[in-house]
Amino acid sequence: MTHYLEFEKPLAEIEGKAEELRALARANEEMDVEQEAAALDQKAADMLKDLYKTLSPWRKCQVARHPERPHCIDYIEALFTEYTPLAGDRNFADDHAVVGGLARLNDRAAMVIGHEKGNDTKTRIERNFGMARPEGYRKAIRLMDIADRFNIPVITLVDTPGAYPGKGAEERGQSEAIARSTEKCLSIGVPLISVIIGEGGSGGAVALATANRVAMLEHSIYSVISPEGCASILWKDAEKMREAAEALRLTAQDLSRLGVVDRIIPEPMGGAQRGRSETIANVGKTIAALLDDLSAKDRGTLIKDRRKKFLAMGSKGLAA
Amino acid sequence: MNWISNYVRPKINSLFSRRETPENLWSKCPECGTMLFHRELSENLNVCTNCDHHMALTPRERFNALFDGGVYARIEVPEPVADPLQFRDQKKYPDRMRAAQKATGEPEAMLVAQGEIGRTPVVAAAQDFSFMGGSMGMFVGNAIIAAAERAVEQNLPLILFSAAGGARMQEGILSLMQMPRTTVAVQMLKEAGLPYIVVLTHPTTGGVTASYAMLGDIQIAEPNALICFAGPRVIEQTIREKLPEGFQRAEYLLDHGMLDRVTHRKDLRDELITIVRMLTGQSPAVRGDLPPPEPGEDPPADPAPALEPVADSPVEAAKA
Repeated sequence: MTHYLEFEKPLAEIEGKAEELRALARANEEMDVEQEAAALDQKAADMLKDLYKTLSPWRKCQVARHPERPHCIDYIEALFTEYTPLAGDRNFADDHAVVGGLARLNDRAAMVIGHEKGNDTKTRIERNFGMARPEGYRKAIRLMDIADRFNIPVITLVDTPGAYPGKGAEERGQSEAIARSTEKCLSIGVPLISVIIGEGGSGGAVALATANRVAMLEHSIYSVISPEGCASILWKDAEKMREAAEALRLTAQDLSRLGVVDRIIPEPMGGAQRGRSETIANVGKTIAALLDDLSAKDRGTLIKDRRKKFLAMGSKGLAA
Repeated sequence: MNWISNYVRPKINSLFSRRETPENLWSKCPECGTMLFHRELSENLNVCTNCDHHMALTPRERFNALFDGGVYARIEVPEPVADPLQFRDQKKYPDRMRAAQKATGEPEAMLVAQGEIGRTPVVAAAQDFSFMGGSMGMFVGNAIIAAAERAVEQNLPLILFSAAGGARMQEGILSLMQMPRTTVAVQMLKEAGLPYIVVLTHPTTGGVTASYAMLGDIQIAEPNALICFAGPRVIEQTIREKLPEGFQRAEYLLDHGMLDRVTHRKDLRDELITIVRMLTGQSPAVRGDLPPPEPGEDPPADPAPALEPVADSPVEAAKA
């Protein structure tokens, strides 16, 4: 059962009709509906193309948050071998909103770290909807440290609405944990590649995405604040999220113009949720290419380049 | 104890007190309601003489009180691209900027200066909450980088007074990118072996807390300052329970191990001098209100205090 987004409702109708016709034909052998159904299929395909040709920023937000979009663990399982999860921050807990561990990408050892949102009610609650607590960032720091010591590249997969705004998270130093994680990203002498696969939510994303190369899926988003949050503060009306999404320039295309994102990874027609394996393969190819690109650089250069890149960021605005 | 009395009124008061119009000789403490004569209040560093409530200080007021004789040299901050995203909510961003500039008489939300405190040369940066909530955009990032670069160039400690609602939403992702940018600035100081002291003032929240404001070698806060990543209202909405009294206030953070000290404003200058001189291997300072250093003259070597003999030579007073 496909999950349709609000703006995909007309598409749902057509695809539903085609499906009904075929079901009817299966029940009644004398009926020949194939021609009619094929026409509907064609109409649906055209409509899909039309809808996704120019997605508004707000629609991109909806696609980026689509529940059937591949999540961090889907990528890890499909792209890496010998994945060996490593747990805990050695201080307080293991945060299930951040996963990570040693794994091989095309036989090369790597440290993969990412936000995991979960796929159903049970796992979503377990993963806290991908909203990490300080322990998650402290685990990430620990894993980056291991990678740095043993000269293993780090790959982060970013997909979070933001860091968790909870009482315990604040008491245990959410802001300090994020600051230290960003600091760690800027200190390690190994290649650090980050892919924003869904939502790049504010500080909770930056803490893992301060990378040598940042890639973004075509319909993912990356923003200082959610459009709803921005709307309720600046427009005093959370319903103005469309306007806010527009103003924030949170799409991969705008961020690439601003020089914040180095590469946009294409998604299949209709978004990652309609072609999960193709999306995952595209991400895999990009990570491998970016890694190749960085593997010749020595430790000092990797650190220096990373810092230079962020210091220079934003100096040209949209003219970059 | 609500938003109006904690934030709006002091902000309005600080705006009006700048003009020093005769009809505004008295202001009311937002905490205890005592009427305070303006001269008495400013002599007391905007701390209520009745209840010790710490009201906002503008960067200029703070620097006047901090540096010997109120003398300091302003450090130029490279001007960023104006309105990099062409952001428009209900108002255009450039219009909001002009309004803030008119209301405060300042170009942006941070002032950077160099001078001496207790004959100890330092670089200081102070954030201006009255300028668009002190929000961190490209300018604030540039200011912190300029401060760190000057400190490194002249081998001086950096003292930073933070006050901000968080990131400047109107600069979207580029405001978020100030988290890594300012973290690079902090790393420059660390690598040069220079002290970086953060004084958190009311309020310091959001992305500011999750970057440079939490990365100090020493973390001091003013009494009752709100310091957090997610604000109390957001948390109450998320967890749907009432937060404990004093939650996310300076004393609460001290209790939870997130700060080194909570220091009354009247003791802050002396404490900063003490700490900076110990961290930089200088002899104990001469106390009291010092006149500004003579221009062109070498800063005086520190005389040893009367009673306590000093083991090391006190000649290494200042390298500026």
